[in-house]
Amino acid sequence: MLKIVNLHAEVEGKPILKGINLEINKGEVHAIMGPNGSGKSTLANVLSGNENYQVTEGEIWYEGHNMLDLSPEDRAREGVFLAFQYPVEIPGISNATLLKTAINEIRKHNGMDDISPKDFLAKMREKGQILGMNDLLINRSVNSGFSGGEKKRNEILQLLMLEPKLALLDETDSGLDIDALKIVSTGVNSFRSSENAVLLVTHYQRLLNYIVPDFVHVLSNGKILKSGGKELALKLEDQGYDWINKAELETESV
Amino acid sequence: MSSLTKQQESKKWYLSKIDPFLEHLNSDKNTCVKEFRDLGLEKMNKLDFPTLKDEEWKYTNISPILQHNFEPALLTALQETDEKEVAKHLFKDFDFHKIVFVNGVFNSDLSSLGELPSGVAAGNLRSLIHSHPEIVKEYLNKNSDDDNFFNAMNSACTYDGFALYVPEGKHVEKPFQLLFLNGNSSVKVLSQPRNLLVLGGRSSAKVIASYQGLGSNEYLSNIVTEIYLGEEAVLDFYKVQNESVNAFHINKTQAFQSRGSVFSHYSISFGSKIARNDINSVLKGTNCECNLYGIYLSNEQQHIDNHTFVDHASPNCVSNELYKGILDDESRGVFNGKIMVRKDAQKTNAYQSNKSVLLSGTARIDTKPQLEIYADDVRCTHGATIGQLDETSLFYLRSRGISSEIAKSMLIRAFAFDVIDSVKIPEIREQIHTLIFEHLHREIIKND
Repeated sequence: MLKIVNLHAEVEGKPILKGINLEINKGEVHAIMGPNGSGKSTLANVLSGNENYQVTEGEIWYEGHNMLDLSPEDRAREGVFLAFQYPVEIPGISNATLLKTAINEIRKHNGMDDISPKDFLAKMREKGQILGMNDLLINRSVNSGFSGGEKKRNEILQLLMLEPKLALLDETDSGLDIDALKIVSTGVNSFRSSENAVLLVTHYQRLLNYIVPDFVHVLSNGKILKSGGKELALKLEDQGYDWINKAELETESV
Repeated sequence: MSSLTKQQESKKWYLSKIDPFLEHLNSDKNTCVKEFRDLGLEKMNKLDFPTLKDEEWKYTNISPILQHNFEPALLTALQETDEKEVAKHLFKDFDFHKIVFVNGVFNSDLSSLGELPSGVAAGNLRSLIHSHPEIVKEYLNKNSDDDNFFNAMNSACTYDGFALYVPEGKHVEKPFQLLFLNGNSSVKVLSQPRNLLVLGGRSSAKVIASYQGLGSNEYLSNIVTEIYLGEEAVLDFYKVQNESVNAFHINKTQAFQSRGSVFSHYSISFGSKIARNDINSVLKGTNCECNLYGIYLSNEQQHIDNHTFVDHASPNCVSNELYKGILDDESRGVFNGKIMVRKDAQKTNAYQSNKSVLLSGTARIDTKPQLEIYADDVRCTHGATIGQLDETSLFYLRSRGISSEIAKSMLIRAFAFDVIDSVKIPEIREQIHTLIFEHLHREIIKND
C-alpha cells in the first residue's frame, strides 16, 4: 500500500527526516515511536501533504501513485487520512457540514453521487455511538470549545466517517486520560480491517496496550534506528530511548 | 477666469436640480418639512464635496462619483418593477411587514404592511408628514447635523423614505422588512430616502433595511436615517447594503439614545463600487447600551468605508462594537471607529474590535480606532487585527479531501461567524451566509 524510500524532508530549511525507509501493507498496524524532536510528526505531516514540510530527497509510493505529485486534498480523496495532533477549531462550521462536504468531495472523486441525507445521518449516528458522541456534539461547530479529549474523539469520528485506506494517527493519545484513551482506541480498532492500514505515531507505549501494532519502529534524529514486533514497545517502556541513542552513537563511530 | 474644478461643477449640477425638484413636489412643497429643506439647501451652498484632504475622508476618494451627473428620482421616468423582482431581494421564511421603495420613493402596490399595534404609525415619511406633522416637526433633523455635502443634499430634498412611530409601551413583534430597490435602466438616477424612526419609552421594534440594485446602470444612493429612542426603548436595526456593482452608496445613520435604551445596529455590506457608511449614536441618557456589529465583503475594485461614532455623553453606559472585513482582489476597506467619552460619562464601558482578513495580496484595509476620553473612571478596550486565512486550518480541511476553494469559503464563514451569530432573527442568518457565498462564487468563476 505504502512504500517510503530514502525520504528526506525539512522544515524552514532545517533537515528533520534523514533517510526513512518503510513499507506498509494493507491489514497492518505500524507504530512509530521516538523521543521528542525525532521527526515522528514530520513524517505524518509529509505523508498527508502539509506544504510547510519540504521533501528534499526520496520517494513515497502509495497505491501505485507517486504520492509527492498529489495535493493534500487528492491524497485524502485517494484514501489517506491524518488525525491531527492539534485539531483545528472552526467556529460556525458544524461537524456535520464538514463531514458531509468531505464525504461528497471524496465520492465525487471516485465517480459516485452525493450521499443521501438519510444515509449520512444514519452513518453519523452509528459511528458517533462507537465513540459515545451524541447528536449534540455532532452538530456543534468543528472542535470549537471542545476539550482536548473531545477533539481527539472528533478526529476519530472523522476517521470512521471518511473510511480511508491509510490512517495516520499523530499523537492521538497525547492529553487523554485513561477513559478517553479507551474510547479512542475502541474507535480505531473498529476501523481496522484487512483492507486498510494504520500508521500511528506516539511517544508512549500506553496507547499500544489498546491498539496492538504488528510492527514497531523507533525513530531518532530523522532515521528509523530499529524495527521489531510489539515487544519492542515494551522494551522502550522499560528502558527508555537511551539505549537506542547509545546504539546509534556506536553505529556512527563505526 | 479659472475653470471650475470637478467638485465645483458637480456641486453646481446638484444645486441646479433643487428648483426643478421643488417644482415637482406640488402639494408636498409647503409642508412642515419645508424649513428643513431650506436649511439643507443653505448647507449645500456652504459645504463642498469632501476630498482626501478632509480627515474624515482621507481614505475614500469620491471622484468616481463625481464623474456622473445623477438625476433626482422624482425628475425621472419611474423605473418599472414587479412582485417577482421584489421577491428576489427579500429575506424569506419569517413573518414581516413589507415596505418597498423604488429609488427612494414609496411603492404602495408592492408593499404590504399588515396589522400593527394600535397607535403605531409605519410606512413612508411622505404619509407621516401629512398624518403626524407634530412628530415630524419634533424629531426630523433634530439630532443629525448635515456633516457633509451629501447629507445636506439629502436634507434639501427631504420628500420620502421609511417612517416609523411607536408610541410609549408598544411592541411591534414582527420585523419591518424595508426593501429599497435602486437604479434606472434609462437614466443615472439619484435616490435619496430620508428615514425617520421614533420609538417612545419602553417600546420596541425590529427593522431590516435592504438596499439592493436593479440592473447595471450607475446610480447614487444617498441616505440619511435618523433614529430616536425613548427611555428603555429597544431597537434592532439591520442594514443590508447589496447595491449593484456600478452603484455608489453614501449612508448616514444617526441614533439618539435616552436613558436605559438599547440600540443594536448591524451593518452588512456586500455591494456597490464605492460605499460609505457613517453609523453614529449619541448615548444621551444613563444606562444605555449600544451594539454596533458590522460585516463587509469586498472584491474586484470595490471600496467600502465604515465610519462609526459612539458618543458616550452620560454615565453608566455600555457600548460594544465588532466589525469584520473580508477583502479580496484589489478591493479596499476602511474602518474608522470613534469613541468619545465625555467628561460626565463616568463608569463608561466601551469595547471595540475590528478584524480584517485579506484574501489577496492586493487587497487593502485602513483601520483606525479613535478614542477620545475625558472622564477618568472608564473602561475602554479596542483592538484591530489584519491577517490572512489561517494556513493550518486550510490544510486541516484540505486533508479531509475538501478543495482549497471550498475550504477557503468555510474559513471565511468561520471568520464571519460571531457577527452573523449575533443576528437575532435566526431565519436570516443562513440567508446572509448565502449572500456571502454568492459573492464568493463570483470570485471563483472569475479565477477560472
